[in-house]
Parts: sequence; C-alpha cells; structure tokens
Amino acid sequence: MTASRIADAFQAREHPLLVACTVAGDPDYEASLGIVRELVASGGDIIELVMPFSDPVADGPVMQQAAARALSSGMNTDRLFCLIRDIRSEMDVPLIILTYANIVFQRGISRFYRDAAAAGADGVAVADVPVEEAGPFRAAAAAAGIDHILFASQTTSEERLSSITEQAGGFIYLVAAMGVTGVREEIDPGILSCVKEVKRRSGVPVVPGFGISTSGQIRAYAAAGADGVIVGSAIVGEIGGHAGDRENLLPAVRRVMNRIRPDALRED
Amino acid sequence: MNDSSRFGPYGGRFVPETLMAALEELEEAYRTIVPSEPFQREMSFYLREYAGRETPLTFCRNMSDDLGCRVYLKREDLLHSGAHKLNNALGQALLARSMGKTRIIAETGAGQHGVASAIAGAVLGLNVEVFMGTEDMARQALNVARMRMLGARVVPVKSGSRTLKDAINEALRDWVTRLSETHYLIGSVVGPHPFPAMVRDFQTVIGEETRRQILEKEGSLPDAIVACVGGGSNALGMFVPFLSDEVLLYGAEAGGEGLEGNHGATLCAGRPGVLHGAYTYLLQDAFGQILESHSVSAGLDYPGVGPEHSLLKDCGRVLYRAVTDAEAIDSFLYLSRKEGIIPALESAHAVALARKLAVYQQKNDILVINLSGRGDKDVAQVASLMGSSL
Ligand SMILES: Cc1ncc(COP(=O)(O)O)c(C=O)c1O
Repeated sequence: MTASRIADAFQAREHPLLVACTVAGDPDYEASLGIVRELVASGGDIIELVMPFSDPVADGPVMQQAAARALSSGMNTDRLFCLIRDIRSEMDVPLIILTYANIVFQRGISRFYRDAAAAGADGVAVADVPVEEAGPFRAAAAAAGIDHILFASQTTSEERLSSITEQAGGFIYLVAAMGVTGVREEIDPGILSCVKEVKRRSGVPVVPGFGISTSGQIRAYAAAGADGVIVGSAIVGEIGGHAGDRENLLPAVRRVMNRIRPDALRED
Repeated sequence: MNDSSRFGPYGGRFVPETLMAALEELEEAYRTIVPSEPFQREMSFYLREYAGRETPLTFCRNMSDDLGCRVYLKREDLLHSGAHKLNNALGQALLARSMGKTRIIAETGAGQHGVASAIAGAVLGLNVEVFMGTEDMARQALNVARMRMLGARVVPVKSGSRTLKDAINEALRDWVTRLSETHYLIGSVVGPHPFPAMVRDFQTVIGEETRRQILEKEGSLPDAIVACVGGGSNALGMFVPFLSDEVLLYGAEAGGEGLEGNHGATLCAGRPGVLHGAYTYLLQDAFGQILESHSVSAGLDYPGVGPEHSLLKDCGRVLYRAVTDAEAIDSFLYLSRKEGIIPALESAHAVALARKLAVYQQKNDILVINLSGRGDKDVAQVASLMGSSL
C-alpha cells in the first residue's frame, strides 16, 4: 500500500488535527463542494464526508435534518463518489466517508470500498458496524488499499477494546459522549481517562468525536493525548441554519471553523 | 460473536459501538436469568394469574360452515390488554427488573405494545416511556389514552414517516443516552441480537398451547396455520413449535394498496439489508435508503421484518402472502358478523388470507388462525373509512 494521506497527516501534525465533518449533498451537491473547499481553507485537516442514510440511529436532530436535506436534494451513493472525485481533482486533503451499513451492503461491500478508493477516499467508517460485524468491511478495505475505521467508547469492554485496537485502520474514532451526535457544552465525566487508556493501548491515532464544539473541549482532549478531534454538528448546524441563505453560508462555516480550529489554540 | 446471533445469514448486531455493552449485558441476562427456576416460576405466575393464560383455541362453527373446512381461532384477543404483545412485555419487564433496571422504554405502532409495556410497568413497578409516531398517535388515539391512564409517558415522534420505524429509531437513540437505568423493551422479533431470539421465546407460549389444544380437540395437528406478520412476533410464537411438523405455515403481510402501490409487504416485495440492528428483508430503494411502508393497520406498517422470518422465507418453510387494506377491512367485518369477534386490523389480515386459502382445503382439514388481538382500538378508524356504508 502506498503511504496513506491519513497516516501522513497524523505523522506530520504539529497540533491536534481537526476532522471537519459535512454531509454530502447538504444542502445540495454544488454547495457541498464549496463547503469542503471552505473547511479545508479555514483549517480542516481531514474531511469527514457523511453519506446520508434515511434512518441514522446514531445521530441527533442536527445530523438527522442534514441527512434529510441531502437526500431530498438527490444525494445517493453514485453522486457521493462523483463528489469525492470532484474534491480530489482540486485538493489533496485526507478524506473519509462516514455512513451506515445498509448503504454499503446495497452497493456490495467490495464494490463500495473499491469505488471509494478509486474516487480518492482514504478511509470508511460505518456507524452501525461494531468490530464483531466488521470482518467483510475490513477485508474489502484492505483489498481496495484504504482504511476501515473502527469505533470505541467509554462502555467498550477490555476484551472488545483489544480486538478494536488490533484491527483498527487509520485512527480510532472514540465516541466521546454516551448518546447521539449533537453539540454539548460539557465533556462526559470519565471520557478523558478513557482517551488516555485507549491512547495507551492503540497503535493508531485516537480521535474523539460527538458533542465537540468548543476550543475548551478540544484543549482538554488534546491534554489527555488525543491526536485530533472530530467536529460534526457544530459545523453541520451552521450549514442547516444558512441552507436558505446561500450568500452567508460559507462565511458562517468560516466563522465556526475560526472559533474552534485547534492550531489557533497555540496562540492563546 | 456466537452463532446464536444469526439465522442463516440474517440477524446480527449492526448497532453503534455505544450500544454494544448494553446488548452484551442483555444477552448475558437472557442466557442466565430467563431459564432459571425462579424466573420461570414468576413468569408462569404472571402469565396465568394476571394475563389470563392459557387463551382458548375456539372452534368456529359459522366460519367452518362458510369456508368448508374446520376453522379454529387462537384467541390472543382474550389475553389481558387485548393482544399477544403482553406475553413479551411481561417477560422482558420481569427480566429488566431482575437486571436492576428502573426505567423501561418501548416503541409502538398500533399502540398494543405500548399498552402492554405500560401494563407490565405498572404491575412490576417500573417507569415506562413509549415512543410513538404522531401519525400512529392520530389513528390509534384510544391506545394513547390507555397508555396514559396506565401511567406511561407517551413521547411523540415527529421524524421521518412518523410511524413505527421512526419510533424504533427514537427509542434506540434514547437508550444510548440512559443505558444504566434503562431497558429497551422492543415489541417484536426485530432489532439486534438477542432481541429477535428473546422475543420469539417469550411468544412461543402461543404455539405450545395451540399444539396441545389441537391435539386434545382433534387428535391431530392442523393442516395449515395462518398468522399476520408485522415485525413477526405473533407469527413466530405460533409457528416455532410446528416448524418440524407437516403443517403448512402462512404469514399474511400488509399488502396495503397492492404490491404495485404503497404497502408493507417486506418479505413479498423487499430485499435483504440492514435496519434497526439486523440484516433482514427490507423495503428500500436501489441505494439502500429505507422506503416508507403503508398499511391501514399501524401494527403492520413497517418496512422491515424479523430476521428469522427472512430465513424461513428463503428456505421455503413459511409461505408469505400479501393481503390488501381492502381485503383486511372486509375480513374485519366478516369475523365481526360471522363469529361476533371484532379482530384487530392486523389479525384481520390473517383472517383474510385464511379465507383465500380455504379454497384449497378439504372438509376435514384443520385451519388455525392466530387471532393476535382484538379490534376495539380500530373501531373508530374502520367506521370512518366505511363512512355511511357501514
Ligand atoms: C394485534 C396485533 N397483531 C399483530 C401485530 C404485529 O406485530 P407482530 O408481527 O410482531 O406480531 C400487532 C402490532 O402492533 C398487533 O397489535
């Protein structure tokens, strides 16, 4: 396998990486492309592109509404790969797809990973595929030469964490809140020691996500050893708030990125 | 994961990482507590003394004369609460209490499972919150009132199609946020392992009684058994004790407006995929987005089905047929007028399929219909659909 963009980005990092998330096709295809440009320009180190699913059980209202907007704008798996190809034609940013199992099953697991790799994606995370069900997904990722990203959480048992750290590709997506996606003011008690523990046991970078929206939270995760953070609903909520107000959409995305971007933290 | 999580290729545990610990805890409890003597003793006390088991297997003279074979109804409509759902609700609520949980959440479509959960929570001293789509709250208003009388909180679900599918999504989302005190009392043989196996086990009492009763009454097993299939719990509970017998098994799915229009006939017209934690037949588009189902009956209005049914379909052991809204309403009135029993609209689908199958039966053939529930909840809806023609 050629050196991966994801591994390179973590190796070269001088600050915790910001994984910036947006839903493909929200509010429509063209706008998505502009949003990804803006996310990269304003400090996003890795792009997490969500392929929406009609029944996203891991998601709170903000991401649910974004998925509904994207699906009603006509987003589908074919267009997802077109969008990634368009992004790749102008940007070298590491990019992962986050989706749900049925989207991958219906394309065919091997074909999904092959198409993802060919379009220029560097990894795939599937929100409702725990390590026990991940075998065929990992095999397809390996065959396509990209990463299959696994999740861990505070309630993950010792035993299961061992198999997750053994099999993880790219980085470990540490679910940092017991609940669904959505902005939270606080940090779950116990999550920082969980970051330390997973970090101690993992050979790949550890990146918390869920509920993160402030530079204070990011500072706390970084101090606990996190290699980056994933910011989703805070960005996607801004996109939703300006879906009908296109002129102010990209400035709003820039503002939220400026508020949270971790490399700016060093200047505090 | 052990093989018991799969039915052939179907089933499994496709859930977010945050739910895995809860499912492992539940599986452990299901394996160790449920088979234990004290649990079984409690369970049979509640089923017998409280819920009113066993339910009769009624020989229907008028229908038998009309259809030209020997027709029996398994009377789950006479169970406390008015539907089979209580068998499972009592089982899981007892288990939840043994696990030290204080709060129960449930989803409901027709409201029967919500009512059953509210009843089980009331009698066992557990707080109950029921997620219900606003579409279903409107068409099953009587059951919404019943749940509230019983002390349960009904949480309106406004996302997606605002029916059963979305109520399950919302219950799963709630469960992750309050795992330690909460048990998710799922209402059918759907969801991630161990739910499909556990709910089946709690409903198998239907088929076990039926087997004993028919052997007592007729001295032989039935020729055919018919049950309606939403998620599939009343059907599986009825079928399981007959799986290795020479008995034809039929599942009636929601044909809605017909298979060319809107419907809920997942096994007849769907394709395998993943929804609500399991790999199973689904109604979906070419890219895997779940389609909205339609049925006149809220309890069958679901674009998925229990994974064990997917296997039973593939291997041909159970035959699944679609029954339209119109046929179900016709049989709702038929059973009411022929036998003086108002069936649930869900169960009316089974009655309708049985009436079609009767053509193939001989005079002495025995046909058993699982009457999964009574129709009081549907009276207002059917009356308004019929308008002045009633
Ligand atoms: C009376 C009755 N029968 C059948 C069903 C369908 O569920 P299942 O297929 O799990 O038996 C319901 C669901 O609400 C119901 O209320």
